[in-house]
Formats: sequence, structure tokens, C-alpha cells
Amino acid sequence: MTKVIRRPLGLWLVALAVYAFLYVPLIIVVVYSFNDSQLNAEWVGFTLDWYRKLFHNDEMLKAAGNSLMIALVASAASTLLGTMAGFAMHRYKLKLLPLLVLTPIAIPEILVGVSLLIFFVMLNITLGLVSIALAHIAFCIGFVAIVVRSRLSGMDESLTEAARDCGATPMQAFRLVTLPLIMPGVVAGALMAFTLSIDDFVITFFTAGANASTLPLQIYSMIKIAVTPEVNAVSTLLMGLTLLLIIIASKLAPNAIRSS
Amino acid sequence: MSKVANTVASEAAKKLSDAAEKRGRMARWLISGPPLFYLLLFFAIPSLIMVFASIRYAGDYGGLAPVFDEAGKLNLTLENFQRFTSDFIYTAIFLKSLMYAVITTFCCLLMAYPLALLIARSPKKYRDLLILLVILPFWSNFLIRVYAWMIILGPQSGLTQAVNYVLGLAGIEPVRLLFTAFSVIVGLVYVHLPFMVLPLYANLEKHDPALVDAAQDLGASAWQRFWRITFPLSLPGVYAGAALVFIPALGIFAVSDILGGTGSDMIGNVIKQQFLETRDWPFGSVLSIVLTVAALVAAGIAVLVAKPRRTA
Repeated sequence: MTKVIRRPLGLWLVALAVYAFLYVPLIIVVVYSFNDSQLNAEWVGFTLDWYRKLFHNDEMLKAAGNSLMIALVASAASTLLGTMAGFAMHRYKLKLLPLLVLTPIAIPEILVGVSLLIFFVMLNITLGLVSIALAHIAFCIGFVAIVVRSRLSGMDESLTEAARDCGATPMQAFRLVTLPLIMPGVVAGALMAFTLSIDDFVITFFTAGANASTLPLQIYSMIKIAVTPEVNAVSTLLMGLTLLLIIIASKLAPNAIRSS
Repeated sequence: MSKVANTVASEAAKKLSDAAEKRGRMARWLISGPPLFYLLLFFAIPSLIMVFASIRYAGDYGGLAPVFDEAGKLNLTLENFQRFTSDFIYTAIFLKSLMYAVITTFCCLLMAYPLALLIARSPKKYRDLLILLVILPFWSNFLIRVYAWMIILGPQSGLTQAVNYVLGLAGIEPVRLLFTAFSVIVGLVYVHLPFMVLPLYANLEKHDPALVDAAQDLGASAWQRFWRITFPLSLPGVYAGAALVFIPALGIFAVSDILGGTGSDMIGNVIKQQFLETRDWPFGSVLSIVLTVAALVAAGIAVLVAKPRRTA
């Protein structure tokens, strides 16, 4: 019996158009970052001026530094807490924790942002780098927990049991058997938290206050005030960085990335 | 004698298992406690504070007025909710946001379905790559993806000029693409499309090709095979994708903020204004609660309709 291939030409054309819809905008951003013109309208000539300008833009560099620092702190803390949450959710029948882990991911981001704004102001916590980092940890925990839990559920439970039967304490069994096995998931979760933190705009927007700036906030104000290809340049660099992190993450934990 | 020994032994065993249980419970708290505490403190409590803020008065200089007034009486009100229901502007903006989110969901479905179907019917070895290509742009910064459409739809862009050239041939006045409801919806579709493709693909990939083969053997046309077999079977994926697009699209403010004009504000923009510009936090909280309820209702509907039903 011959198998009928059901992929008509029409389907291919639509799919190709959708891929183009996904990629052409980003390609345009990258291409115009090398364009020797103030306007993102037509190709004039190749230049690296926008990148040069970018590296002399003190505000932008400071914002990038802030973003990096927040992302490092937030991804470290949320990886620790998220791994614990993922482990707890896998191991025990819990009700409250899964709800608290999943809701921040499911509801519109702006709700998390405004409620944290009220909270920080009520507690007299000055809005700035600290409040941004605290907020980032809160929304990153859930993503790490999901990745770690999916890694755990793909793991052979009998390995830990075998370690216990051989006389390992629960702590030893975790440290020597479970942890190394879920490590790729933990690292993938950490990289995910890092990218989420460095890319976050909405929650940062509400918890940053007037003085602290991050890369996305800086990009936002540039877009709102005056669009120059400098935005394209910083976008291109940021896309390159994210791409690099994804490649690392997918090498470490191909399944964890897909399931998330 | 042996009875005593038995009792001692069973008591010892009980003590041991008690100790183990105690240790187990302690381990459970040590593991789940810290993330639970953190999320209670930085998510649950702030959310409850926001709900409570909706029945408080706004402070004289923005923020919130004290819960108790000078006379020590409770200083609470339902005025903020009445303002939402009585002032038609806010209801209208909310309805407009709903409409934008519905149109976005529908457009995403129209674009995502053929793509997901194609990927699901591709040879196994290409599927991962094809789906990765859908996710990849989604990992670039959200603002960059919105900004890209500022360039494409801008007044000097090739697309705008081409559209206006064609319109000019037909004798129609040139139009603006950027800062309109159109550009907002394009942006909304663009940033949410992967959320529709993924659940659809996850569903379509599991379909048994034998079903479609059988329908074909019985003489069903391609059109019939799709509408009577593939599509009904894929409905859970459609509902999941619709919820994943609709909910964030409803609450977003950055897309309409960057790509929208004066008339295309969504509920998210108004919430942002209330918190950061007007600084009327109680009313901002009311709007946030309305948004939360709408999001929960949408999620609830998606869960209800997606429940697998037994059909004879």
C-alpha cells in the first residue's frame, strides 16, 4: 500500500509565508543596524557607526551593566528557589506551591508589576535595582521550577531508591545521584531565568522607579523619544547574546528547552 | 516474655517510623518552604494588597490614603468600582481591548494552523527543527519585535509606499499604517503567534494518520477529511492556543503604547496611566481586578471546553 503524503502545495506556501512573517521583521532590524542613514527607510551604505555610537553612550552602557547585574542575581536566586520548588512539586502532593508557582506565569504580566509596585512603596522599599531584582526572582522561579520538574519526571526514580538501598542518606542520595542527573535541567532553567530577566520590560517598568534603568527600559525610552538605528544596533547585539545562550542551553538540555 | 519483647519491638519500630516520618516532614518543609515563602511574600501578598487597595481612597499626592481617618474610622469605599461601571469611557476601552484580543486570537489561529499542520505532517527528523524555527524569534527581546514593526509600517517604509501606490491607482487617498488599530493588531499577532503554534502542533502531532487514511478509503475529499476528522480532533489544541494568546494579549500595554495612536489605548495602557501618571492607585487596582477576572474567565472557559468529551 502506498502512503499518501498529505502536504499539499498550498499548505507549504502558507507555512512559508508565516515563517517569513516571523523572520523578515527581525532581519530588517539587523540589516538597518549597519545602514549609513538616520532613517530606517532605505539602504544607503554599510557602516558600523551605530555600534560605535552605542559604545560611547554612557546611559546605555550603565543600563546594560544594571541589566547584567540584575540578571545574574535574579537567575542565581531563582535557580536555587525554582529548583527547590520543582523538586518539591515532583516529590510531594502539594496544593499551594504549584498554584503560587504557575499563577504568575499565567496571568498578564502587568498585574504582577502593579501589585509589586504597591507592595514596595507600602514597605518603603526604594524602587531601584533591588526592587527590580526581587521582582525578577518572583517571576523566574516558576519557569525554573517547570523545567526542573519536567527533567525530574523524565528521570528513573529507581536510581535514587537504589542509592538509598545501598545505604546513602537522603541528602547523599540527592547530592550524589539526583542532582547530577537533573543538573542539565537546572542549568537550562538558570539560562532561561537569565534571558527572561535581561529581556523583561513590563515588570521592570513598574518596579524600577525614576532613577534605575535597564537595557529594555533604555530601548523603550529610545523608541518612544527618537528612533535611530542605534536601537537596531543594541537590538542586534541583544539578539546575538540571546541566541548564544539558547545554543548553550539546548546543548545542555535539549528536552528541557522543548518542553518549556 | 515474648509478648513483652513483641511490644518493645513494635514500639521501637513505631518510634523509628515516627522519627522517619518527622524527618520526612521536615525535609518537605525545608525543600518547599523557601520558594513558598518567597512567592507568598512577593506574589500572593502583593496581589492581596492590590485587591484591598481597590476599596481604599487615593492619597492626596497619589498612592493610597490611610485605611483609618483622623477620627479612627475605617476609610474605605466602593466608589472606585462605581466609577468603572458608571463611566462609559473605561467600559468602552475594556470592550475594545477584548475585541483586539479576540481579533488577535483569530488571526493567530488562521496563521498558526496551516503551519502547525505542515510541521506535524513533516518527516519526524525535521519536526524539531521546524518547531525550533517558530520559537526562535520569540526569544528575542519583546520590545525589539514590536520595534521592528515600527520600521516596517513607518511612513517612509517600502510597504507603506507600496500600499499607498496601489491605493493611489485606485484613486484612494494615501493611508497611514503606523499608529493605527491595524498596526496594534499586527504587533499583537506577531508577539503572540508562537503561543498558538506550539499547542496546536502538540495536538496535531499525536493524531493517528490511519483515521485520515480510512476516511479517504471511504471516499471523503481532502476538505471533508479536514473538517470532519482533523479539525474536530484538534479542538483541545485550538482552545489551549486561544487561551495562551487571548490572556496575555488582553493585558498587554507595550504594543499599543508603541504601535498605537491616540485612539488605540487598551486596558493595560489605562492601568499604566493610573499607576504611573495619574497615580490613582485605587482605581488602577479596580481596573487590574477587572483584567484579572477577565483573564480567569477566559482560562476557565478554555479548560471547560477543552475537557475531552465522550462521544458515541
